[in-house]
Amino acid sequence: MNPLALLGRPVLGLLREAGAMSLFAWRGVTAALMPPWYWGQLRTQLLRIGYFSLPVVGLTAVFTGAALALNIYTGGARFNAEQFVPNIVVLGITRELGPVLASLMLAGRVSAAMAAEIGAMRVTEQIDALETLSTDPFRFLVGPRILAAVITVPLLVLVADIIGVLGGWAVSTQILGFNGATYIRNSVDFVTQWDVVSGLIKAATFGFIIALMGCYHGYHSKRGAQGVGRATTNAVVSAAILIFAANYVLTTLFV
Amino acid sequence: MSKTDTSIKISIRDVHKSFGHNHVLRGVDLDVCPGRSMVVIGGSGTGKSVLLKCILGLITPDSGSIIIDGQSVTNLSPAKRAKVMAKFGMLFQGGALFDSLSVWENVAFRLLYADGVARKSAKKRAEAALNQVNLGADVMALSPAELSGGMQKRVGLARAIVARPEIMFFDEPTTGLDPITADVIDNLIRRQVTALGATAVSITHDMNSVRKIADDVAMIYEGKIIWQGGVKEVDKSGNPYVEQFVTGSEDGPIKVLAR
Repeated sequence: MNPLALLGRPVLGLLREAGAMSLFAWRGVTAALMPPWYWGQLRTQLLRIGYFSLPVVGLTAVFTGAALALNIYTGGARFNAEQFVPNIVVLGITRELGPVLASLMLAGRVSAAMAAEIGAMRVTEQIDALETLSTDPFRFLVGPRILAAVITVPLLVLVADIIGVLGGWAVSTQILGFNGATYIRNSVDFVTQWDVVSGLIKAATFGFIIALMGCYHGYHSKRGAQGVGRATTNAVVSAAILIFAANYVLTTLFV
Repeated sequence: MSKTDTSIKISIRDVHKSFGHNHVLRGVDLDVCPGRSMVVIGGSGTGKSVLLKCILGLITPDSGSIIIDGQSVTNLSPAKRAKVMAKFGMLFQGGALFDSLSVWENVAFRLLYADGVARKSAKKRAEAALNQVNLGADVMALSPAELSGGMQKRVGLARAIVARPEIMFFDEPTTGLDPITADVIDNLIRRQVTALGATAVSITHDMNSVRKIADDVAMIYEGKIIWQGGVKEVDKSGNPYVEQFVTGSEDGPIKVLAR
């Protein structure tokens, strides 16, 4: 076997996939921004992605904030810098852990659900049925999901930021002996508007990735239960990897 | 054929379609006249479904032309495609009903989402369409998952006829149904196609269904139309492939293992 062919085949496959994904993303964005809009679909997706993800995002944030406070306290104690716990917790949560961890949880919950639902629609010919009923599947299925994710993920991350800081506050006041009011004042005084906004920009980007991966893999699902299963797995894995990659790029731009 | 030939509703010329190395359609030629019910027969894997999806525009042929009402329908933009689709009604093999919607919303889907009909009026028309396929108002609020296979087919048929299409397509309409329910579906299809004066294209391998719903029959084999004639001629076609298919015999030119 020619080693160049061994290397070339996966590279060509990757480029083909990236091209297909880019075209899909373009059609999806166009569908999200151009009429006709299906308001009922958008409302459903706002509820599914936003409201019904609140418990998952809230629990992730509270435990992350709590663990972060403990770790920073342990590390800070080595330099007699325990008093910086509120500052580092609020910075870590708003700039990094809030957007990234909330989005990873949403990749598991939302991307998987989208891929499974759209994949099942593909294999049962419901997507073909949409076309025969003069309805563009991109406008009916993909556009509302992308729009809903880009709107709701930043809102969820904002909630995660608040709950994450409260998680750190709870541990710091109950276990580490911090004064509650001082902790909150230190956090609020230290955090800047840009810390929060940059996290929300990340969240909107991650929301786009989450919806795009769910829709893309579901839309191209192969036949049968195995095809839908694979689409679901691919959606979650690719969304997670792209979230990490995008996070690095955005962090580089924002620091 | 000229593009303005009004005696032909659907004209298919030299259509080819491959998936990788699998050459499914190898030069299909077929004409369907207005108001006639054409049934394409053929064994599994001969290209029936691919042909139907090519006509519907769900699959783009590699080459050849598909002309409907004098207009080429291959490579249309989404907006132009939607206009062509407005002429169509389609009954899918598995029903392809939307799980997230109720029965009446499924039936009224085109009216609600493509034609902009008000919800109240669309619901009334959905009820009328359901009545035409012998389903009562009691099923309207149900989810498709709560219906039997035969009822799902009837809901699919109601969805196909609700906007009074010019051309109807039926993909294996009786597959998976018991003989009595299959007969009910065949009768409904025949009645609705006649009532609408629509042109119909069906694909099936059920000969009972063929005899009920067809005016004209074409047989596809190895990606080509190998015989075409009236439904009354199908039993005396003189074509060994058609004869073997009609009798369902293992002996003949069609080799099951070869397909």
